[in-house]
Amino acid sequence: MLALRAVGKSFLGVRVLDGVDLDVAPGEVHAVVGENGAGKSTLMKIISGGYAPDEGSVVFAGETRTFRGPREARRAGIGIIHQEFTLLPDRTVAENVYLGHEPVRRGLVDRREMLARTSALLASMGAGPMPVDAPVGRLGIAQRQVVEIAKALALDARLLIMDEPTAALADHEVELLYALVRRLRDQGIGLLYVSHRLAEVFDLSERITVLKDGRRVTTVRTAQTTTDELVRHMVGRDLSGYYPGRAAPADVGPVLLTVRGGGNRKLHDVDLRLRAGEVVGVGGLQGSGRSALARALFGVAPFTTGQVDLDGKPVRVVSPRAAMRAGIAYVSEDRKGEGIVARQSVLDNALLAGRAIGGSWSGRSARTARMRDLLGAVDVRSAGVDQEIRFLSGGNQQKVVLARWLALGPRVMLFDEPTRGIDVGATSAIHDVVRRLARDGAAVLMISSDLPELLGMSDRIVVMREGRIAGELPAGASEADVVALAVGAVT
Amino acid sequence: MSAQSLLAARRPVPGVYLALVLTVAIGWLVVMLRGGALFNQATMVSLLHVAAGLGLVAVGQTLVILGGSLDLSVAYVVSLSTLVAAETMNGSDTALVPGVLLALAVSAGIGLLNGLLIARFRINAFIATLGVGLLLKGYLDSNYDGPAGATSPSLVQSLGYQRIGPVPVSFLLLLVAAVAAGLALNRTRFGHHLLAVGGDAEVARLSGVRNQRVLVTAHVLCSLCAGLAGVYLAARLGSGAPRVGTEGIYDLESIAAVVIGGTALAGGRGGVAGTVGGVLLLASIDAIFNQLEVDSFAKQVVRGVIIIAAVAVYARRTIRKGRS
Repeated sequence: MLALRAVGKSFLGVRVLDGVDLDVAPGEVHAVVGENGAGKSTLMKIISGGYAPDEGSVVFAGETRTFRGPREARRAGIGIIHQEFTLLPDRTVAENVYLGHEPVRRGLVDRREMLARTSALLASMGAGPMPVDAPVGRLGIAQRQVVEIAKALALDARLLIMDEPTAALADHEVELLYALVRRLRDQGIGLLYVSHRLAEVFDLSERITVLKDGRRVTTVRTAQTTTDELVRHMVGRDLSGYYPGRAAPADVGPVLLTVRGGGNRKLHDVDLRLRAGEVVGVGGLQGSGRSALARALFGVAPFTTGQVDLDGKPVRVVSPRAAMRAGIAYVSEDRKGEGIVARQSVLDNALLAGRAIGGSWSGRSARTARMRDLLGAVDVRSAGVDQEIRFLSGGNQQKVVLARWLALGPRVMLFDEPTRGIDVGATSAIHDVVRRLARDGAAVLMISSDLPELLGMSDRIVVMREGRIAGELPAGASEADVVALAVGAVT
Repeated sequence: MSAQSLLAARRPVPGVYLALVLTVAIGWLVVMLRGGALFNQATMVSLLHVAAGLGLVAVGQTLVILGGSLDLSVAYVVSLSTLVAAETMNGSDTALVPGVLLALAVSAGIGLLNGLLIARFRINAFIATLGVGLLLKGYLDSNYDGPAGATSPSLVQSLGYQRIGPVPVSFLLLLVAAVAAGLALNRTRFGHHLLAVGGDAEVARLSGVRNQRVLVTAHVLCSLCAGLAGVYLAARLGSGAPRVGTEGIYDLESIAAVVIGGTALAGGRGGVAGTVGGVLLLASIDAIFNQLEVDSFAKQVVRGVIIIAAVAVYARRTIRKGRS
């Protein structure tokens, strides 16, 4: 139903897509994978009317089409689900689903018709009952994703593009999404599925196209390939030793940070010891208190009971500022919301924390110079340190955030989902930074929902459940061990 | 469908009406203790007249604010509109309709300019409308020293002074404008799209909304409302008045009324019902303080406190909603 032939696109003389071919058949899930910057988003935007291609053609439903905007593409039957939600929290489910093409009768929006159609559409998707007349802001994340899909389908979409649809979902919610994707496929809708999570791609797709540097590397049948092969195609090399080596027992130093009986609204009775030179992984389900732990240690939502010792001396971490003064740093899981200031430059973002806790006026230029070096050292790829950070890929934004904290020489470093939504190459670079920090003597705490990452990176793993520490596992534990502790299958 | 449910359309009636009732009750009590009467025919009529003028401007202001924009030029549009209307009519009833239409057309033109500057040329709304406002100010200052023209006698009689019981015709005009705006917001595509643009412009664009068209339309409607307020003031004053808009501080007062009414200054959330409540609240405070004959400083302080308190209350509410 969709055929791209030799599509090319350049921005300001930089070639971002070069001769890309791609086909999607009705009732097929076609996955597109590649590192950030490989051209996936640009390609999806060309298909969905966001950009016009410089070369090549887009054939949809037998006609060569050049869409002049998202509006035209939607009307032609191409729906797209963006990586970020495109829902308005203050508007109702029905208003969101029919935004831009509200049913009208005698010049007025036909609210009853809109509600009825929304209910019917959600029912046809096999979604559970949903309050179609309630504001979207009252729904959970998984339900919002369903609404998002309904919105994309509302104009009888025959092709649905999904860009990282699971990025915001918890594990059990992902299953619901899978069921929905399969159902749509069985209804004869063609799906283009863009994802960083290779496991998903293998679960769902019939075929996989790999993009790299704006070119199509290959298109393979999913049944006939392996993860290793895909990764090789994506990065153009073997990621041998996917994770950096663990700490040897001799590298692990004294206890730096101790929490005894720590508790607040979301945490209960937390006992924790972090040692210099060690990466402690934190596992658990979403909402189990993992993030609350990091946020308590960093003083965002401090412990209200219990005691925190740093170097054997009690400290009161009552604010992020106090935490920074004590040598604690934190990389939030919400990069867009809490990690970066989108409209400031790379350099300003990197210097944010250093400037906040001050330093002598005279040290200013030296600090800036050091930061430039540091940004280079963590391999931030940008058009220059003065470029606004929002134009960088997620992986590069995250490297800037890392540089911000590295510059302070933290003694305790807290990471919350440091590689979520980040491509394979940058993920590996971030893993290296995490390990190097530990090797240089910092105590590292790393929260991750990605079990292979958690197991691959951690020297030991703390698993949380319902705001408590459910148990601790040594390096070499299995995924099953972590899951069992997280859901409480063992006591 | 009652006017109330049409204006509020499934959304809870803003707390501003509670504040209004409380203010009036306290005011009534205080005035009574001092041996006066807050509600006699004269004070009621004057209160509703004040509300009519500010209300018309504020209804239009609500639209642009809901769209994430702002209009600082309304005060000058009001002044200009009184002059265009009064000078065209020149004291004759035959020129009544052309005078009104011309005043509205000029206002709409200014709205179009505002809208294009903001939507097409991407100039910040604050700056664009401030600039257009200063432009109009320059024209008014250099061409007029005082009142000019004369309003049609029949317009003065009807829109200016006619009333049904204690309710002036002008206040009914405000209610009609408010209901129309409420209808436009809740029951037309334009309204849905405007709230979407104000809520998140990028989301609206990706959903196929033509953002520029929506914003320009909102600005034209906003200026039309200001123009209508100008026509009413011309009827009230009997002539065109080059400073009536700025003396009434219609720009900031209208924004204050919108905010007190619960519309988010960032756009996307709120409605006309709240704005009408905000206008009535501001007008009531005026009336109460006039009755008490306290100095205008105290009045301004109270107004300031109310505006800040309103925003604080709404902000807290939003935070709580966001957390749940």
